[in-house]
Amino acid sequence: MKTGTDRVKRGMAEMQKGGVIMDVVNAEQAKIAEEAGAVAVMALERVPSDIRAAGGVARMADPRIMEEVMNAVSIPVMAKARIGHIVEARILEAMGVDYIDESEVLTPADEEYHLYKSDFTVPFVCGCRDLGEAARRIGEGASMLRTKGEPGTGNIVEAVRHMRQVNAQVRKVVGMNVDELMTEAKLLGAPFELLLQIKELGRLPVVNFAAGGVATPADAALMMELGADGVFVGSGIFKSENPAKFARAIVEATTHYQDYKLIAELSKELGTPMKGIEISSLAPEARMQDRGW
Amino acid sequence: MVKVGVLGLQGAVREHVRSIEESGAEAVVIKTKDQLEEVDGLIMPGGESTTMRRLIDKYDFMDSLKEFAQSGKPMFGTCAGLILMAKDLVGYDQPHLGAMDVKVERNSFGRQRESFEAELDIAGVGENYPAVFIRAPHIVAAGENVEILAKHENRIVFAREGQFLGCSFHPELTEDHRITQYFINMVKEAKK
Repeated sequence: MKTGTDRVKRGMAEMQKGGVIMDVVNAEQAKIAEEAGAVAVMALERVPSDIRAAGGVARMADPRIMEEVMNAVSIPVMAKARIGHIVEARILEAMGVDYIDESEVLTPADEEYHLYKSDFTVPFVCGCRDLGEAARRIGEGASMLRTKGEPGTGNIVEAVRHMRQVNAQVRKVVGMNVDELMTEAKLLGAPFELLLQIKELGRLPVVNFAAGGVATPADAALMMELGADGVFVGSGIFKSENPAKFARAIVEATTHYQDYKLIAELSKELGTPMKGIEISSLAPEARMQDRGW
Repeated sequence: MVKVGVLGLQGAVREHVRSIEESGAEAVVIKTKDQLEEVDGLIMPGGESTTMRRLIDKYDFMDSLKEFAQSGKPMFGTCAGLILMAKDLVGYDQPHLGAMDVKVERNSFGRQRESFEAELDIAGVGENYPAVFIRAPHIVAAGENVEILAKHENRIVFAREGQFLGCSFHPELTEDHRITQYFINMVKEAKK
């Protein structure tokens, strides 16, 4: 009997496909998310838009919040550790969190190295903007990917950019000759063996969710249309006027992302979505997506 | 060629489709209840059972799924699918489909860090089957007509009752298609 194998870790993410993972900050929100049909929750101290507003150093949440959320729901619970913070990740693993997000939403603890995630029994999800970044994270042992987008902005444009970029680069690799892959690996900063694997499989070897700016059911459906395996929703749900209704609408739009009449129906009277931020108005140091290497 | 449906609301749908096709049958992803009429057997995939249940209710699938179960056409539940098919669930007043005469406990091996791979010897399927258990349930009690096909650490993880087949683990995550083949043979038998 073996725990923490690639099949077990990647398989866990496969089971989340077609679903929505929601950010929550307490047990009550976690129950609303589960009731609405979320496939998992991300337990946090503050949602990204509040982290953005608060400024300062953002760290792993108080373990009490994770504990409270894990006791409240039967769906998997994820939590965020800072990039490169080995001990935060080990603490989350020891607590029994089901998946760790090594996340650029928190302030990085290491500006040169990410975690060596293969060393852990618990699986990891990491953000990516392009195939090089995606392949480096998989090389370090990530079992699931997500776009970085620009978290806490309610603006989908960056998540769209990252999803299109990764998928275009995957298509390119699949279409290349094997003797061209080493140079492509050099150009992308990606491990050669992974490109070879992508070429053979015709796709990434792990699932890739959309994250970072999903604010409406239509946004979630758009990301599925662009090839996302599922959707993370951060600030969008519990910053909206009627979180339960909003959460249900996002779940349904994700399942039936090509049923436009249905999405029209469930987009009605959802109240004001989060205000949102135009990306060009962000100062360079406020861009979370540029964290990670 | 027999047609096997995979309930496509959420979860590991693509993997089952691939396994069905590699086992020489036609696969259909079932997104709406009227599609159930065109298939000879149905797989309820792994995923999150609470999420799938919500979507089953939302899209009015429940009665059609129960009818399908009663029709005699074979049905196979893997992990969350087994939870959906069981007649009795530990800690819950109501089952979902309530089709297969087994009592199932959710997440009974622990959280994700306790998830594991193990080799199983399965009656009617073969030896050394690579079974992937992910936050897996197990069968705590089985009715008299239920045939126990495999156990792991003394817990029932694979069983059959007539046209119903259920397992705790994920055959769709491996390259070993013996279990899918076993189910397809059930479908072929039933269609005769």
